[in-house]
Amino acid sequence: MTAAWVVVAVVGVATVGIKAAGPLAVARRPPSARVRAVLDHLAPALLAALVVTEAVGAPGGVAFDARLAGLGAAAAAVALRAPILLVVIVAAAATAVARALL
Amino acid sequence: MTSSPDRVGERPGYLDGMRLALPVGVAVGVFGVSFGVLARAAGMSPLAAVLMSATTFAGSAQTAAVSILGAGGGLVAATTTAVLLNLRYGPIGLSAAPALSGPWWRRLLQAQLVVDESWALSQRDGGRIDPSLLIGAGTILYVGWIAGTAAGAIAGGLLGDPRRLGLDAMFPAIFLALLVPQVRSRSRLAAALGGAGIAVVLLPFAGAGVPILVASLACLAGLWSRGRDRR
Repeated sequence: MTAAWVVVAVVGVATVGIKAAGPLAVARRPPSARVRAVLDHLAPALLAALVVTEAVGAPGGVAFDARLAGLGAAAAAVALRAPILLVVIVAAAATAVARALL
Repeated sequence: MTSSPDRVGERPGYLDGMRLALPVGVAVGVFGVSFGVLARAAGMSPLAAVLMSATTFAGSAQTAAVSILGAGGGLVAATTTAVLLNLRYGPIGLSAAPALSGPWWRRLLQAQLVVDESWALSQRDGGRIDPSLLIGAGTILYVGWIAGTAAGAIAGGLLGDPRRLGLDAMFPAIFLALLVPQVRSRSRLAAALGGAGIAVVLLPFAGAGVPILVASLACLAGLWSRGRDRR
């Protein structure tokens, strides 16, 4: 069993369980407000970290390359309230152009 | 990726949910194609990629897992990061729970259709979740996600080097587009800045995945939000 299959199996089972936990256990006592508030902030913390690692992460450290042009274009598209589809296309196009020019 | 649920009557049906989710479903389908491409690049077979989309059905977690795997970040970091990303479905599931009915196995299956977008699209007045909109929207998104994944995983190789097309910039763009709607309070902004800051500091020293795991500690910013900006 390769690493990829282990990830598929473990993440799949865990996610099915997490999604089902609320609806199946709703009769029980819900988590405290403190726990809910912390979990509620997990998504922005992790997504921001993912933006950083995906934009400048490279094998063995960081690399500042054409991906930053894509991220800048994506930020402009998000600011203009573009749908995610357009945001992604704009980011890829800006990076492809920057890479061809550099 | 969200839009307001307009032009839906007082008693919406499954078809209303599907109609509402169709534009989002197209974006999710393209996101699925990009996940399929990335999964192949990370060494995952098309079957594994499609099975992951069918069981996990959570775009950011799946993308994070395969990008860490592809960057050599290792099994534990990839799995833990994906599960951490999906922990938000705990509270989301609690808020959706009153909308789901029937025996336990039925609620378990319906709960799998709860994703950020279907949950957001089925919000009605006063934070109530409409069951028909939730199931209809979730079904469209599920089909789009799996179809996109299959197309990307099978035909993605025809694209050639994804870097030449700038496809490696799709992922920071997607995460940014998912992040911005999340930052709707000061404490959430603090969590985002904290997470990004931790990742920036650790990235030059730690292997792929570790900075993301440590960055999850920034969610402790939620402790400051009590009673102020809770949903």
